[in-house]
Order: sequence, then structure tokens, then C-alpha cells
Amino acid sequence: MTEHTTSDLAIHAVGLVKSFGANRAVDGVDLTVRQGTVYGVLGPNGAGKTTSVKMLASLLRPDGGEARIFGHDVVRESDAVRRRVSLTGQYASLDQDLTGMENLVLLGRLTGHAKKGARHRAGQILETFGLVEAAGRQVKDYSGGMRRRLDIAASLLNAPDLLFLDEPTTGLDPRSRAQVWEIVRALVAQGRTVLLTTQYLDEVDQLASRIAVIDKGKVIAEGTKGELKASVGAGAVHLRLRDAVQRPEAEQVLALTLGAEVQREPDPLALTARIDNNSVNSNGDNNGDGDNGGDNGEGGAAGRASRALAELARRGIAVDSFSLGQPSLDEVFLALTDRKAEPAPSGARKEAAA
Amino acid sequence: MTTATPGDLAGRKDELPPVSTGPLMELLSMERPPPPGPLSASLAFGWRSMLKIKHIPEQLADVTVLPVMLVLMFTYLFGGALAGSPREYIQYLLPGVLVMSVVMTTMYTGIAINNDIDKGVLDRFRMLPVWQPSTLVGHLLGDVLRYSIASSVMLVAGLLIGFRPEGGVPGVVMGVLLLIVFAFAFSWVGTMFGLLVRDERTVIGASMTVIFPLNFLSDIFVDPQTMPGWLQKLVHNNPITHVASAVRGLMEGRSPGTDVLWTLGWSVALVVVFGSLTMKLYQRK
Ligand SMILES: Nc1ncnc2c1ncn2[C@@H]1O[C@H](COP(=O)(O)OP(=O)(O)OP(=O)(O)O)[C@@H](O)[C@H]1O
Ligand SMILES: [Mg+2]
Repeated sequence: MTEHTTSDLAIHAVGLVKSFGANRAVDGVDLTVRQGTVYGVLGPNGAGKTTSVKMLASLLRPDGGEARIFGHDVVRESDAVRRRVSLTGQYASLDQDLTGMENLVLLGRLTGHAKKGARHRAGQILETFGLVEAAGRQVKDYSGGMRRRLDIAASLLNAPDLLFLDEPTTGLDPRSRAQVWEIVRALVAQGRTVLLTTQYLDEVDQLASRIAVIDKGKVIAEGTKGELKASVGAGAVHLRLRDAVQRPEAEQVLALTLGAEVQREPDPLALTARIDNNSVNSNGDNNGDGDNGGDNGEGGAAGRASRALAELARRGIAVDSFSLGQPSLDEVFLALTDRKAEPAPSGARKEAAA
Repeated sequence: MTTATPGDLAGRKDELPPVSTGPLMELLSMERPPPPGPLSASLAFGWRSMLKIKHIPEQLADVTVLPVMLVLMFTYLFGGALAGSPREYIQYLLPGVLVMSVVMTTMYTGIAINNDIDKGVLDRFRMLPVWQPSTLVGHLLGDVLRYSIASSVMLVAGLLIGFRPEGGVPGVVMGVLLLIVFAFAFSWVGTMFGLLVRDERTVIGASMTVIFPLNFLSDIFVDPQTMPGWLQKLVHNNPITHVASAVRGLMEGRSPGTDVLWTLGWSVALVVVFGSLTMKLYQRK
């Protein structure tokens, strides 16, 4: 399954580069996205997500490298690309002076509908997206969540085969986030392709089948969810003690029972331990396909964490709060950048991504 | 009691209804119509400009209140000194002030485009498979309406305080049409600035730096005969002088052939030079 014919690829980018002055915002990004899938691009602020997406969507001309969307070159065949692609940018991109309805009618006309057809389609979309009531109001009077939703709705006017969503849920409340996810799922159920950028690991976890992590303009990891998680570790234990005096002892207990390195937080009561799969699971390669995230089972993170808790209790160390979380994006980055220093690890990185 | 606790989240007033995924499927399964041609795309964008005027009518203050103020101010301020009486002066002045106001209005094209970039709207438009400059043409279409409004308002104000064009209705209409043609061409200077500089204020500054001297170093206010020789040379080669002379001539019922030709020539030159510069900048964005 490593060889795809170019025909089932929605995105195929090789060596994309974009500089702003001396700043290489995107520094040799390769991306391969198969049709009918959700692809997640993770990265911190300034990583180059937006710049990459804009180049893929034909909005920004790459300084180097090449990108093909459904086989069409984004620079030379931008019209063919634009016919099949939509982009919902990081910031709402509708005319704030116009009403929601007017925005959609305008875009409908510009995608080739006659005036009447455009009105009809705009009405349909407003209904689908639950925006009928707001249809007659100027967009500048919308709430952030409504604006985002209208923005995504507008991107579906042309029934795109590939939708770029640049941080579609940043700043949304949980309910609105879930609704954006619903839309993404519905799109993919229709065989469309979605590339979404995000700063939230759980978002790609919920939606994406493959993930690229970008940092400083480079792809530092790529693979399936399982591969990525395995390469990072099962998660982290966050602990808050009742008594700061007991912290050194608790630190020891955690290090022993979890086999993980323990960090002291700035808060004198808090400790964080990153659980690495490899430290307990037999040290073999766990870069199998699919979702063997490795956070379940006896030797898994939960099992080890409960053993650690029991040990703490036995020693009379009072714990105020305890949580076992998936690796946060911070932790993913820490882990990934840590490993970059080592020679090629056995983990699921470049090889698995091929 | 307006704070929402988690419990009543579902019953919140501004809660958005869920997205219906069933109809969404239907929406997506439509056939794509062929993209619109350059003309329909430009007209659609022109419609957008009209909507903007409809929603923000106070914007029109710039093309109504200010020009009328200029007419009144200059007529009564300079009239006595320059032409014996305000009434005599306005016969000379009004066509020129008309040109000046409309040329100043061209600045708004640049501001509008700059705003589109700023607000990210242009990115959305640029993702459309349409003739790319149609966005700009749409703005210009809206501006033509603005120029017409400014011209009408000033003419009415002028007529009220004694402007009596010898050329009658045909002369006045031809004068206004010629001015609109020129303003359309001159707008491309504004669009260029709109794409070139970072923010709205800089667009205003840059445009003013061009528009101000052009307006004042022309024959709008006084007959160039009264100026020193070197200045006369400058004034006679200023496009605004040609436009103002042509418009004045038409309204006075003369046939200012040369000035009309000069005006049209300048218009073509402006479109060729600044139009293509604008396009180049636009494509590079
Ligand atoms: N138009 C521009 N001019 C100059 N520098 C830019 C421009 N756009 C982006 N950059 C720079 O390029 C780098 C990458 O920016 P980009 O917007 O792609 O990051 P991002 O991953 O989308 O970040 P965020 O999560 O904050 O949206 C940043 O250092 C940014 O300052
Ligand atoms: Mg971004």
C-alpha cells in the first residue's frame, strides 16, 4: 500500500518552500493526501501551517517545490484547482458589510449560478447550516461561532472535492467544535477530502486518519494516529500533592512505578510524568499499522498509573488531584524534538510514512 | 440573570441549531455549473459594491457633503477677489471643483481594495475560478455610481447658487460623462496604492500626495494666464488641467476638442500604465 498512483491522490506536494524576507516560513514541506480522507496538520503558532495551506490552495506562489491537487499543478493550472477546491481560512473571510444571505448569493453567482439559482442555493445552505434566522443580518453583527459557520458554509457552495480548513475550531465553544467535526465527517462520508490544520491533538485524533506535525516550516513527523502516538508515548500523568514537602518522595515513587522521567512543575505541589510505551512494553518496535496507541491493557498507561497511585497511598503521600491525559501538543513537540537529536529511532516516523 | 450555567446551555437564546448533515449530502452532490465569464463576474462584484452603498449609506457623505462644502467655500471665499463676484466666479469654478471632488473620490477605490485584503475577503475571492481582475472592476463599477452621485449633487448645489451653464443639459451631461471616464481611469492609481501599501491610512496618504498637487497646480481655481511662466508650463501639462478645461468647455457650450482628446488620451495612458501595474501586483499577492 505504499505506492499510490497519482490519480487517487488529492494532494501531492514535494519540497514546498516559502520565504518572507529572511524568514523561511515553509522550508521543504512534503505532503501526500489520499482522496476521501481527512488529513490533519498539527503545529504551534508560526509553524507555517497557514502558509503551507495557502500554497496548496493556489493562493500563494511557492518559492520552491511543487504541489499538485488532483493532478493539477497549483501554479500553472490554478483555475482547474480552484474549480474543485475550497478554503476556509484561519480568519473569517466574508464581506462583513453584507448580510449572510448576500454573501452567499454573491459567491453563488461567482461560482456560475444564475441569480435565481444562486438565491436558491444560498437559501438551501443557510437552512442546512441553521443560519436562516441570521440570514438577513450583516455579518459584522454575527458572533464568532456564527461567522465561522457561515464561512465554512460558503466554502461548500461549489461542492468542493477538497476542502482546506485552517484552524476551523480555534475559538469555538465545545458544542460548535463538535458541529464543525460533524461537517467534516459528513464531507468525508461523501468521498470528499479534507485537510485541516489545528493546534489541538484531540481534534486530529477525532477526525484525521493521517497526521503531519509541522514545526518551524518543516514536517517533523508524519503518519497515522497510531504511529504518531506510539512515537510520542502513551500520555502523561499530572499530579498535585497536598504537601510540598512530600514532593521529592512522590517523584521517586513515580519514577520507579512508571518507569518514566518526572518533571517538577513551577507549582511546588505539582508533578508531571510522561509515560513512554517503550519503557514497559517490551522494547521491540511498535510501529505497526493502525491504532495501537498503546494506552490500554495491563501494561498500559492506565494500569501503570493506578499502580503508581496505590504506591503513593501506601507510603502515606496525600494526593489532591490526579489526571492521566493523552499527550498534549506540548508533549508531542517535546518528544518529537527530543528524538530529533537521536539517530533514526525505531519509532514510526519517516519509514512508516512512506 | 444573564450568565449561562452549563445546565441551561442547551436552552440558550442565541444557540445555533445543529447542522443538518442529511441536506448537506444533498448540497454536495450537485453538479457544478461552469464558472462565470469575465463580464458576469464583474457585474456580480459590481452588485456587491451597490450592496455596500445600500448598507453603509453614510459613506456617501464623502461624495455629497464634502463636494457641496467645497463649492460653497471656494465660491464665496475667492469669488469676489478673483472674478468680481461669487456669481461670476462660479461659472468658471464649478466644472473645475467637480473634477477636483470626483478625482479625490477615486481614493476610495484604493481604500476599498486595501480593506478587502485586510479583512481576508480578497483571499476568498481569489479562490474563485473567475477572471481575477473582476473584483477590481466590480469596485470601479460601484465607484462610477459614486462619481455620478457626487456630480449630480454638486451640480444641483451650483445651480441653486447661480451656476448657469451655457451648454445646457447636453453640455453638462457630456461634461459629466467625460469626467467619469477620466475618473474611472484615474482610479487605477488608487487601486495600485491599495495593493501596494499596508494599511488604509497609508493609502489615503499616498493618494493625497498625488491628488493634492495635481488639483491645485491646475486651472481649476484660476486662469493660468495670471501665473508665472514656469508655473504655466507645469499647469498646462497637468492632466487635471486638460480634464477641467474640457469639462468647462463642454458645459459652457464650446467645443473644446483638443482638451477632450487630451483627456481621453490621459485616460487611456492611465489605464495602460496603472491598470497593468495593478494587475501585476494583484497577481503577485
Ligand atoms: N505575509 C507574511 N509576511 C511576512 N511573514 C509572514 C507572512 N505570513 C506568514 N509569515 C511568517 O511565516 C511564519 C509562518 O506563519 P504561518 O501563518 O504560516 O504560521 P501558522 O502555523 O499558520 O501559525 P498560527 O498557528 O499562528 O496560525 C511566521 O513566522 C510568520 O510570521
Ligand atoms: Mg495559521
